[in-house]
Amino acid sequence: MSALHRTRPASGVLRHVLLILGALIMLTPFVYMVSTSFKSQAYVLTIPPQLVPDPATFDNYVQVLTTQNFAAYFMNSVVVSLTSTVVSVLISSMMAYAFARFRFPGRELLFRLVLVGLMVPAMMLIIPQFILAKQLGLIDSLQGLIVFYVAASISLNTFLLRGFFASIPGELDDAMQVDGANAWTRYWRLVMPLSTPALATTTIFTFLATWDEFAWALTIINDPSKRTLPLAIQLFQGQNATQWGLVFAASVVAVLPVIVVFLIFQKYFVQGLTSGAVKG
Amino acid sequence: MIDSTQPQVVRAAVSPVAARTTRRRRRAGRATPYLFLAPALVLFVGLIVYPMVRAFQMSFYDWKVLAGATSTFIGFDNYTRAMGDPVFWRGLANSGVYMALSVPPQIVLGLLIAMLLKAKSPSQPVYRVLFYLPVVTSWVVVSLLFKYLFADKGVINWALADVLHLGDGSTSWLSGRWTALIAICALGVWKGIGWSMMIFLAALQGVPESLEEAAVMDGANRWQRFRVVTLPAIRPALGFVVVMLVIGGFNVFTSVLLMTGGGPGGQTEVLLTYMYRQAFTNLDFGYGSAIAVILTVIVFLLSLAQMRLFRGGDEEER
Repeated sequence: MSALHRTRPASGVLRHVLLILGALIMLTPFVYMVSTSFKSQAYVLTIPPQLVPDPATFDNYVQVLTTQNFAAYFMNSVVVSLTSTVVSVLISSMMAYAFARFRFPGRELLFRLVLVGLMVPAMMLIIPQFILAKQLGLIDSLQGLIVFYVAASISLNTFLLRGFFASIPGELDDAMQVDGANAWTRYWRLVMPLSTPALATTTIFTFLATWDEFAWALTIINDPSKRTLPLAIQLFQGQNATQWGLVFAASVVAVLPVIVVFLIFQKYFVQGLTSGAVKG
Repeated sequence: MIDSTQPQVVRAAVSPVAARTTRRRRRAGRATPYLFLAPALVLFVGLIVYPMVRAFQMSFYDWKVLAGATSTFIGFDNYTRAMGDPVFWRGLANSGVYMALSVPPQIVLGLLIAMLLKAKSPSQPVYRVLFYLPVVTSWVVVSLLFKYLFADKGVINWALADVLHLGDGSTSWLSGRWTALIAICALGVWKGIGWSMMIFLAALQGVPESLEEAAVMDGANRWQRFRVVTLPAIRPALGFVVVMLVIGGFNVFTSVLLMTGGGPGGQTEVLLTYMYRQAFTNLDFGYGSAIAVILTVIVFLLSLAQMRLFRGGDEEER
């Protein structure tokens, strides 16, 4: 045992007190949000506040799930996020494969161009993108969300996947090539199956980013039937006196899938974050 | 890098037919990487690179949105207009205030929590998840949540007055410039700590223990160990976190839009909400683009300066 691991009991206690305090601060807003989602409007802003709703009611959930078109918004979000994620991971991995395994004129230049996409934040492009979407007839359509979400996620995904692909020994490719496998087979049957962790990381990041995206949806979606969850939740809030119980019932429903995905795949989160940081 | 593109064909082609196939295969081999690039590259150039160029171009025009109306080239007018626009300057100042108030706490607290969590223990993954939870939650949801917490009769006022006995709890947080900015920064810090913690945690795990042990042998106390051993070892990660947070700070948008809407009277407008309002409320696309370009330049220069600062002597490259 090294000297480092023999911590004095007092500092161990202090450490736990600090951590518990911190975790409480992080968690309290969520707990309070869930609590408010079970309150009727009369009890949402009381002094002192109710941490445990009394009387508790399911009305907000019933109303959100039945009367507010919420199922349609939820489905829009599912369709947009899943499609964007699948397409983005597929074409980004193809691009990453080209950068990792081929030497061709313009490679450095193109890779640098893709990296520029990491530095320019999405909001800076929103005006010309809106005009472009209008010219392409993509306003008020889920396709309009999908193609721009895919485009916006290419840089990060390509960057992460290229790093991972490059770490797979090229001898494996060579061996397959001797056996007559073409580039597509090597990409699809060799490199992709070996890259499951990196693919999981990019899949999760892309899914979350598209599930939560707000500004672009706000800009191009006017048709109520095309709303995604963030847009719908924000509009619940906009209706005159805010129905906080309703807003947070909708929020809980929208946040739950994200938390489930996060809890299941948190291992890949850490990997993705650190490969982005340590190698970048 | 291993180059496996060129088909490994033996040069000595025997027949003209074989020679032709070889040539064809080589040509096909040359096209292969571009075929792999094509789908992503088309989308990326069309929907990201082209708009980048367009934003720059539009900023020099009095841009007309309506079909048929012609946009006129007005040179630097949009930029000189911004220089004389008090709301632009206030937006810039507010973005700067947001950055100054939200970045340091995210770094200090993120690093502190990472240090506390560094030792492997059964509770470590649980804490990691708890601190990271706000990061994965949508900005829309947490912005509305904080708007609710900072409401006039909300939890924050109650806690300040009745629990901590600070003031009378009548602060109308979101209707004054500075109090609203504090609320918006509180959200930024709360949502961002988990991310910086995660990066620092990974970096700390890469610090060689032998170094720390040597420092202990030399009688270094905790603070000295942190300053002399830990800090230099995590310098690249620190640089990365600072750059990303500063960029993120200038990109604050959704939380301001949903918590105050830039109000009251444009008092809490930040650069991006002001740009958005100019473009999509006032339909002044040229002026909005000019603001976007200014912001891009600021962010670019800041990240460049910081990278220089943190790269320092070491040669850290891809």
